[in-house]
Amino acid sequence: MSLWEYANPVRFLALSSRVLPVFWGLAALCLVSGLIWGFFFTPNADKFESTVKIIYLHVPSAMMAINVWVMMLVASLIWLVRRHHVSALAAKAAAPVGVVMTLIALFTGAIWGQPMWGTWWAWDPRLTSFLILFLFYLGYIALWEAIEDPDTAADLTSVLCLVGSVFAVLSRYAVNFWNQGLHQGASLSLDKEENVADVYYFPLLVCIAGFVFLFLALVLYRTGTEIRLRRTRALQAREVRA
Amino acid sequence: MKALLIRDLTLAFRAGGGFGLGLAFFLIVTVLVPFGVGPHSALLSQIAPGILWLGALLACLLSLDRLLALDWEDGTLDLLATSPLPLEAALSVKALAHWLTTGLPLVLAAPVLGILLALPAPGFFWLVVSLALGTPALSVIGTFGAALTVGVKRGGLLMSLLVLPLYVPTLIFGAEAARRGATGMDPATPLLMLAGITAGTIAIMPFASAAALRVNLR
Repeated sequence: MSLWEYANPVRFLALSSRVLPVFWGLAALCLVSGLIWGFFFTPNADKFESTVKIIYLHVPSAMMAINVWVMMLVASLIWLVRRHHVSALAAKAAAPVGVVMTLIALFTGAIWGQPMWGTWWAWDPRLTSFLILFLFYLGYIALWEAIEDPDTAADLTSVLCLVGSVFAVLSRYAVNFWNQGLHQGASLSLDKEENVADVYYFPLLVCIAGFVFLFLALVLYRTGTEIRLRRTRALQAREVRA
Repeated sequence: MKALLIRDLTLAFRAGGGFGLGLAFFLIVTVLVPFGVGPHSALLSQIAPGILWLGALLACLLSLDRLLALDWEDGTLDLLATSPLPLEAALSVKALAHWLTTGLPLVLAAPVLGILLALPAPGFFWLVVSLALGTPALSVIGTFGAALTVGVKRGGLLMSLLVLPLYVPTLIFGAEAARRGATGMDPATPLLMLAGITAGTIAIMPFASAAALRVNLR
């Protein structure tokens, strides 16, 4: 029994149909309880008043935007090394989710920035690197769409994901060098001193858990769709030949 | 390798090879900028380093289309892939030929265009240095983009979408070095970072380009 058994699409679909309801349920539970707790049962902060509450959407989506790319990178590596089709399809399925997460982070940031910084957008390193990450996601998806042969597309997008990761990290440090930041430091870190106050911290953790489960459920669901889509195409091709 | 380099260079210089098109594009972009932002030389001299870097980058990008597409159509790439020369080396040579025919002329033309944009006097030297250091990276990264999209019909727009985000670090450090040079600050730090990026991309990108091209030639 190893993880690689689920590289078989049939086993993968069997597993995902078993765990999907659990993930959907957990995502709904965490998001609903976390957001309600965060929105209605935490105090307003001194300087920020009620705007502080956007943290429950902004921080989890920003975390996921980066983590989705990392997951795509791992899936691409698995595809390049071990040639498991499920892995390539999972990377493909994750990309649009990553785009949406990036957009949520950018939009909630803008909505928060308008009253707090007095501007919707500033060329701050963090904001800029998220915009660049968004462009990387767009290029990745566009390459998937442009190539007809699925194996070629999987190979090329995997190579792009690898190279893109290197350049995304490079850009992150380049923009740090290029402009001074307006964005505050990390809200969450292993260093206790830097963290937000506990009142906000615990509902935030619940929200992050909700986003993680939501992402897992969406990716499993979309990967299943991709597998079935490919099967349908194979069946159609067989019919044409017969 | 030398034969391949000479072949690519000859093809580029002969009629229809497109040599000078990038240069002309660079000129036109630079000429259009004052029409867009107004002819005030104070403003122009402030944005000149960035505009010149951006123009050089776009000129580089536009000429990438021809880098592999023609060889793909007539089957030269298949021959190259089966030749004893590793594909990584062949693509490095192609990137070098691209730089010699596009990047180097841009570097040499930049000071002349700098005059048009009222670039401050100390900026000329650093602009040329930063472009000379940075444009090889543009060619090498562009080769990767061309190798990725060579199988796609009318892949030019797609390639721009893929390549431009990869150009971000090079542009940031290159333009920053030129800007610091123009305003009399010390441009050493961004220049060193730029040199590091160029050296790193020259070392690594040919492998990525060859991997992508092998997939496309399969």
